[in-house]
Amino acid sequence: MSVDATTVRRIAHLARIAVSDAEVPHLQGELNAMLAFVEQLSEVNIDGVEPMTSVTPMEMKKRADVVNDGEIADVIVRNAPDTVNDFFLVPKVVE
Amino acid sequence: MTDLTSLTIAEAREGLASKSFTARELTDAHLAAIEAARVLNAYVLETPDRAREMAKAADEKIAKGEGGPLAGIPLGIKDLFATRDIRTTACSKILGNFIPPYESTVTSQLWRDGAVLLGKLNNDEFAMGSSNETSCFGPVTNPWRREGSNTTLVPGGSSGGSASAVAASLCMGATATDTGGSIRQPAAFTATVGIKPTYGRCSRWGIVAFASSLDQAGPIARTTRDAAILMRSMAGHDPKDTTSVDIAVPDYEAAIGKSVKGMKIGIPKEYRLDGMPAEIEKLWSQGTEWLKAAGAEMVPVSLPHTKYALPAYYIVAPAEASSNLARYDGVRFGLREPGKNIVEMFENTRADGFGDEVRRRVLIGTYVLSAGYYDAYYLRAQKVRTLIKKDFEDCFAKGVNAILTPATPSAAFGIGEKGGADPVEMYLNDIFTVTVNMAGLPGIAVPSGKDTQGLPLGLQLIGRPFDEETLFSLGEVIEQAAGRFTAPKWW
Repeated sequence: MSVDATTVRRIAHLARIAVSDAEVPHLQGELNAMLAFVEQLSEVNIDGVEPMTSVTPMEMKKRADVVNDGEIADVIVRNAPDTVNDFFLVPKVVE
Repeated sequence: MTDLTSLTIAEAREGLASKSFTARELTDAHLAAIEAARVLNAYVLETPDRAREMAKAADEKIAKGEGGPLAGIPLGIKDLFATRDIRTTACSKILGNFIPPYESTVTSQLWRDGAVLLGKLNNDEFAMGSSNETSCFGPVTNPWRREGSNTTLVPGGSSGGSASAVAASLCMGATATDTGGSIRQPAAFTATVGIKPTYGRCSRWGIVAFASSLDQAGPIARTTRDAAILMRSMAGHDPKDTTSVDIAVPDYEAAIGKSVKGMKIGIPKEYRLDGMPAEIEKLWSQGTEWLKAAGAEMVPVSLPHTKYALPAYYIVAPAEASSNLARYDGVRFGLREPGKNIVEMFENTRADGFGDEVRRRVLIGTYVLSAGYYDAYYLRAQKVRTLIKKDFEDCFAKGVNAILTPATPSAAFGIGEKGGADPVEMYLNDIFTVTVNMAGLPGIAVPSGKDTQGLPLGLQLIGRPFDEETLFSLGEVIEQAAGRFTAPKWW
């Protein structure tokens, strides 16, 4: 499989990365090189094989459903580019 | 007094205990060495004040007889590990001036045991790379050069700063992470010892995530024993990482010098590549001779799905990366580039903040996870991964204790030499290491010789899950036979 220029623009938008028209042909070439490389997986017989979902077979531990952290809003927002009163500030989303 | 930076961790531990020198003196010697070696670009942030404070605290504890296992040992930390109140960037522009209000579990355990932080080490952006050339702080220089040449070589990646700093004696040991070979390949390129533990051995909490089912932290050091000493402090169960395994951490150092007599060592025929350089072939057979001389038995084995590990990796790793890196949106931390609306703000921030390699992987990961392609790519790759893991399980079920392979298909290469036209050329560096991540196994790279140009080469040993001890025992045998290799100082 390979991607065309429209698909490159669509993926870039899905990934929320701005891509200029001038960059599309170059990116398309790189992505197609990677897709050509992974193409060899299609020759593997995977009939009846379970996908790997856990690297080490083990039961996932669960912690008690209790509050064990919090009241640190100032610490949470400390690294944000824009804040007001312990809130993150973003461009207007709702009209 | 001998140069304190040339000591191993084991030697420094003795010197500190016998009061031959203080932790403060040991740290000062390293801070001076770092200052004189800035041309290598191994450190992206030096923390001399913090280092001296920690060294002073270590001296006080040692005086009271309360020094921990790493009391006063100065270390470098890969910039992928969050360090409280100290800038952590993953060497990406998008994290900007991020100052974590928390400490990664692995580093907190090192400080618990008395280690000293010298600074943060360079790496490929978000650990994506095999040459440390994708860092937003610029490439790292390998202290090793070809004989009679001034060409600047890469230290490998992504833990290139860690490997370069350890090889150039700019720290006694370093933390590193390995998603496809990022500890073992740079270790092989710099004549240092690097171990990627079994998946789940070290907590991933507080380490900037790349591909969560593959990422694992481990040490880079100058000797196998030093790596074992560091591993004991880094490993252990952490309730904050659900994939960290709740089993006891052995005294890895006790495995150093243990007999390997009667061990069965698998030699996988699939690792003998067409066109493999003769010197790699020679190194590999030399390795088998050393282990045989120590009483181990070589067994030919087959890992039939080996050739599919790298292509499967380049689906699984970018897929997980595209998901993990969704958090960099210009809202909660790091860089923000304005836009007309919130979506444009996201798109501009991510376009400006991610470097080329990261962008490429996020895009391919987004594509293989997108509607209509998930089964053909991601699901298929995860099934192939099951087969790769089964290859190793079959091998171990036949009584094989560990597997011996070359660590890399070549020695270090020049900056700008690879991957310019086709990204896959760079990816092929990880051909011998990536299988280990796909199967979640432990793997160690040990310096084993030099190529015809005088550059270091390494051998890799792959172990059974959670049997890092056998790797340390075998690694020590190779180290004793091969000797240690030190880069001639030119900087």
